[in-house]
Amino acid sequence: MYKLSQKVWAVAGTILKAILIFVFVFPFLWMVSVSLQTDMEISSSPITLIPAVPQWINFAAAWSKGPFLLYLKNSLTIIVSVIAMQMVIMVPAAYAFAKCDFKGKNLMFGLVLIAFMTPGQITFLPIYQMMSEWEVMDTLLPQIVPFMTNAFGIFLLRQYFMQVPDELIEAAKLDNAGSLKIVYKLMLPMAKPAMSTVVLFSFVSHWNDYFWPLVMTQTTNVRTLPIGIAMLKNTEGITNWNIIMAGNMILVMPILVVYVFCSKSIIRSFAYSGIK
Amino acid sequence: MKNVKDRFWEKIGPYLLVAPAMTGIALFVIYPIIKLISMSFYKVNQLNPDKTKFVGFSNYQKMFKTAEFQKALVNTGYYALFMILIVLGCSLILAVWLGSKKSRVNSAAQASAFLPHIISMVSVGLIFQQMMDPDYGIFNALLGAMGLQKSQFLRSSDSAMNSVIFTSAWKSIGYYTLILIAALQSIPESIYEAADLDNAGSVRTFFKITLPMISPQIFFVLIVMTIGNFKVFETIRVMTSGGPNNATTSLVYYIYNKVFMDFDVGRAAAGGVILLIIVGIMTVLYFVSLSKKVHYQ
Repeated sequence: MYKLSQKVWAVAGTILKAILIFVFVFPFLWMVSVSLQTDMEISSSPITLIPAVPQWINFAAAWSKGPFLLYLKNSLTIIVSVIAMQMVIMVPAAYAFAKCDFKGKNLMFGLVLIAFMTPGQITFLPIYQMMSEWEVMDTLLPQIVPFMTNAFGIFLLRQYFMQVPDELIEAAKLDNAGSLKIVYKLMLPMAKPAMSTVVLFSFVSHWNDYFWPLVMTQTTNVRTLPIGIAMLKNTEGITNWNIIMAGNMILVMPILVVYVFCSKSIIRSFAYSGIK
Repeated sequence: MKNVKDRFWEKIGPYLLVAPAMTGIALFVIYPIIKLISMSFYKVNQLNPDKTKFVGFSNYQKMFKTAEFQKALVNTGYYALFMILIVLGCSLILAVWLGSKKSRVNSAAQASAFLPHIISMVSVGLIFQQMMDPDYGIFNALLGAMGLQKSQFLRSSDSAMNSVIFTSAWKSIGYYTLILIAALQSIPESIYEAADLDNAGSVRTFFKITLPMISPQIFFVLIVMTIGNFKVFETIRVMTSGGPNNATTSLVYYIYNKVFMDFDVGRAAAGGVILLIIVGIMTVLYFVSLSKKVHYQ
């Protein structure tokens, strides 16, 4: 009797978990379904769950509603530049905070922590004015340069670097290796997991970001994909949901594909970065 | 000769290593914060900077008197409060439920719950806006099928804020579940075994052991959530644009409107300083508790 009730519980639990999975996955399946429906189907009653004939043409229609190739190019340019710049800047800094002694170190590290906690919603206004003064508002720079220092990355890499034994560094110094050589040849290979976390993080957050490009762009030629997709709603009104969802797929798919293939390492990265 | 050079590098080297990073922080964090605070005391004239004049606290005094700002502040507080209650509650339950045992179903459930967190708020907002369409959306179709009353969701000022909260909560529950699972896994197995020997029930075990053991992490989650929720903007901008009837404006939405709609930069800066104060208090709490946590371990 005891065993039977345990089994019932286990089955009930599994069913509940299946429902839970459905709750979090369904909206994305729904997006796919709507993106393939006809104009009639999106406003039919009862609602259409699965389109009779998939309307692949919706994707071509959505793609032609705006300069999406340009948006895509801008998004990728920004992401690649930001990540490259962050790498060059944050690795030496993290090394210095982990392994060197210098006056003002604690104060400076305090500033790094402040930078870590300060959201763009606070700093955007003065930065916007600064960028206007520099007359770079019609370039991608306002979306790249403010992210040059990745405080979270410095924080994370420092943790890794602190675990490297001092003897190793002393030995390298005896071999006449300069600071930069020590950083890139000795320290960096040891911090690979942290590096991939930071890269993954920067990629996801800049690919998805809506606030910063919204406040930093005034013209079409510097806008990014999220802005373009959000603007579809204005050009399409809120009736052509099939076209909007087809456009939305462009934004979701790359992340989704990456997630399907390496959800484990992504989850581990985010769990690690959360609270440490 | 070499020795002198070496010592020179020993002294200067670290500063060179941190210089680019610190320049970035100085330019794009510290300077903007100072500038924001100073701007909030000026009536800023963008077209003619010479006419910008010092007005003391007048931006704040006037701002707090406007219905627009009060509404934004109340909305933000409401949003933050319910987001924290719902998301913390749900993710605690999910963490205990899905994190207790390693199994395929459990990790699949974790992976799917986490998925929305890495999808753009733009995408999630659009999908939910479509599903919440009063006439053609699937939510009302479901409510109708179950014989329940249909809702206007985002179209009515009564239900718009709750609909936005629902969407945001759905997006972030998986992330906090993950963090709390990591916290749960740090509890030593032996404690549970001891509780088991004492025949403590699972509810009792949860409140007497699990909850106290992960209370430091819950406190962090609370602070991270508070900061995150007080800067709510993207969901609102995508789903409602603050409407209907300002029912979903928020603090950041107010700042955004002041800058880009009313071109009142001084007032916007004053709004920004309010956000800065909230984030500042939370940050101090965060680091105080962080240093305590380190001591205990």
